[in-house]
Amino acid sequence: MTQPVSPPRGATDKAPPAGPRPAWSTLVFRADVRTLSLLGVLAALVAIGGITKPDEFLDTRNLQLVLTQASVIGVVTVGMTFVITSGGIDLSVGAIVALASVWATTVATQEYGFGGILFTAVLVGVGCGLVNGLLIAYGGMVPFIATLAMLASARGLALQITDGKTQIVTVDGILDLGERDAYVFGVPPLVLVFAAVTVIGWLVLNRTTFGRRTVAVGGNAEAARLAGIDVRRQRLYLYLLSGLCCGIAAFLLIILSGSGQNTNGNLYELDAIAAAIIGGTLLSGGRGTITGSVLGVLIFTTITNIFALNNLQSDVQQIAKGAIIVAAVLVQRRTASTT
Amino acid sequence: MAPEPPLLSMSGITKSFPGVRALDGVDLDVVAGEVHCLLGQNGAGKSTLIKVLAGAHQPDGGTIRWRGEPVTLRSPIAAMRLGIATIYQELDLVEHLSVAENVHLGHEPTAAGFVVRRGAARASTARLLERLGHPEIDPARLVGELSAAQQQIVSMARALSHDVRLIVMDEPSAALDPDEVDNLFRIVGDLTAGGVAVVYISHRLEEIRRIGDRVTVLKDGRAVAGGLPAKSTPTRDVVALMTGRNVEYVFPERPAGPAAPVRPVLEVRGLAREGEFAPLDLTVHAGEIVGLAGLVGSGRSEILETVYGARKPTAGQVIVDGRPLKAGSVRAAVAAGLGLAPEERKAQALLMLESVTRNVSVSSLSRFSRAGWIDRRAELGAARAATRELSLRPDNPAVPVRTLSGGNQQKAVLARWLLRGCKVLLLDEPTRGVDVGARAELYAVVRRLADEGLAVLLVSSEVPEVLGLADRVLVLREGRVVHTAPAADLDEHRVLDLVMEGSPAS
Repeated sequence: MTQPVSPPRGATDKAPPAGPRPAWSTLVFRADVRTLSLLGVLAALVAIGGITKPDEFLDTRNLQLVLTQASVIGVVTVGMTFVITSGGIDLSVGAIVALASVWATTVATQEYGFGGILFTAVLVGVGCGLVNGLLIAYGGMVPFIATLAMLASARGLALQITDGKTQIVTVDGILDLGERDAYVFGVPPLVLVFAAVTVIGWLVLNRTTFGRRTVAVGGNAEAARLAGIDVRRQRLYLYLLSGLCCGIAAFLLIILSGSGQNTNGNLYELDAIAAAIIGGTLLSGGRGTITGSVLGVLIFTTITNIFALNNLQSDVQQIAKGAIIVAAVLVQRRTASTT
Repeated sequence: MAPEPPLLSMSGITKSFPGVRALDGVDLDVVAGEVHCLLGQNGAGKSTLIKVLAGAHQPDGGTIRWRGEPVTLRSPIAAMRLGIATIYQELDLVEHLSVAENVHLGHEPTAAGFVVRRGAARASTARLLERLGHPEIDPARLVGELSAAQQQIVSMARALSHDVRLIVMDEPSAALDPDEVDNLFRIVGDLTAGGVAVVYISHRLEEIRRIGDRVTVLKDGRAVAGGLPAKSTPTRDVVALMTGRNVEYVFPERPAGPAAPVRPVLEVRGLAREGEFAPLDLTVHAGEIVGLAGLVGSGRSEILETVYGARKPTAGQVIVDGRPLKAGSVRAAVAAGLGLAPEERKAQALLMLESVTRNVSVSSLSRFSRAGWIDRRAELGAARAATRELSLRPDNPAVPVRTLSGGNQQKAVLARWLLRGCKVLLLDEPTRGVDVGARAELYAVVRRLADEGLAVLLVSSEVPEVLGLADRVLVLREGRVVHTAPAADLDEHRVLDLVMEGSPAS
């Protein structure tokens, strides 16, 4: 007998849950608890900075500095967020930034001027990402191992290129971008690039098939494969994307420091992972948030700045960072278990 | 002897999880030396009850008495100290450790308090395996190298390595072949003869008849009947207690006759995988449901996954609508119009962190996107239409898929392929983890999809399901088709004879 147990069809054909359409503002700013709590932490930090060093911290120049410093690691973190969301990890980001920054500032490259430096930085980043991606997606290597190998090799190559020397940039177009004259309504160009990368990253993760596939691969790679997604190609693209972000970050770093050094990007991998994790991206994959990652970067950068203004040494900073990571993850575990 | 209190007496046990009252006052008495069977549908509370008994869950209320004394089972270790061992359905062994190391995990024989005496551990493990009738398992082998049945024996050896008074077995026969089941029953008999009590959970009534002494039936977190005689209670009564109804399965009617010229959609020609299944030919026509019946290990799931391209065949080809598929490519299969609802829904099909919408749309993203940009309104609309078509509950595709019941999760998987517009649906154990009431609805859905022109290839270990739902049945034994017939010409006994004996008589 054909007799479904559920209510008859007619009952299911009613209109979707009625009620007024949500206003645009609630759609755009429908921030979840996690984002709000991160904003709260950031607000608290700003308050602490404002109270302890009212003149220095809230000075426009200082705020510009904080945002500029956040830009380099921020761009790296956006790429890292994609990789972690897909269930992977990229330990080589710092080394790629270093390699891209020195390759783009060799005497030979600088002869090609602004375009040559930008092109080289991005190409080196994408090239390293390609190697990572091929090894992981098609060579079957564990991301941790493949990118650890890339970390070692890229750092080594960067040292070989520079011979340990700082490569000063002499191209005027690059140096000018770091000057105050280049600020757009008081916003440094680096921050604009960071903002653009953030917005594009958010859109790609949340509004495109690429983002959906990233989340699907991270949430359940086997299910994604059986649903017809090309999991390997997606993984390749993700490490390419991370490499691309590293190349952009290297370019920003060249503008910021006016030089290329093989020690650039030291421990960026840990900072980027930490920022993504406190932002709410799951280390096991399947859930990622660009907004959270960017807030995580801003929180860390602000802490560094406040500590520096108060003449606290970097050892104290490191301890505070560690404590924040633990606290953030514990809070997330609690909120996750109650929902 | 003075009247002894029961070995175990649980009364009024309650346990709630957020949103669910899993146990609603359950009573259970177990006496030494008996096989006490627990029966109930999925979701009736069996798993929660045995986890309370194993010390893995703390009850919210009720009392547990052990040999007459009230006890609190604070942790699995506390339960083990009393002599309660649990063999879970999903085996909890460490694959990269040896058999002996697994058996003695947590209570290794040591010298000087910390040096593991490997020789002693292996010797005692070998004695336990001998007692369990499997002396051929080498205690030094890694557990990951053993078959599922052997792993279960190891699990049992682990339970017996403690001084055990009560063993809980959760569907121990589910992964076993008939002769292994006989061995299991022999072991159970030995244990109970030695005064050990066994709490036995199974869906198979015939097993309960064979080895059970008493039966407790759970339904909706309550014990609806306790201590029924296992051998003499009529099946009808037991099923009625479990379901509150008198029929176990309701199958939709088959269409009256073959519709006008039937068109073959899926053709499998000489498909084989070395060591898994022999060259296989089969054809599924539009509107037809073809069933594969066979025991675990007969190659059913492997066949389905090879047709789908998830495994690479060693020979043969799959043809869809007259076009051969690229071998071993899921993407080619999906592009050609195949869809798979896999056996392990949560592990192989669902994105558990995501909404129903996203689970349904994941295979058709390009339909809702332009240059990679997703039109979320179109996506939601299509997902809503597909889930309504299947009467998925709740009628809100924005809810997370993990909050759905097993039957509705399965509908979400079917909706995915419906939305994709697939031509061939491959169903692997479609009603696993789906309770009886929801099954009838799923059967109706599958039949309706077939009536609308889909070709369906169905695999199930439940013979009545294959016979009730399919039009044509292929009976498999050890990777070989031993019989093909219209479902209407077969009955359960005949199929069981075939899968066990393999003689294609007549």
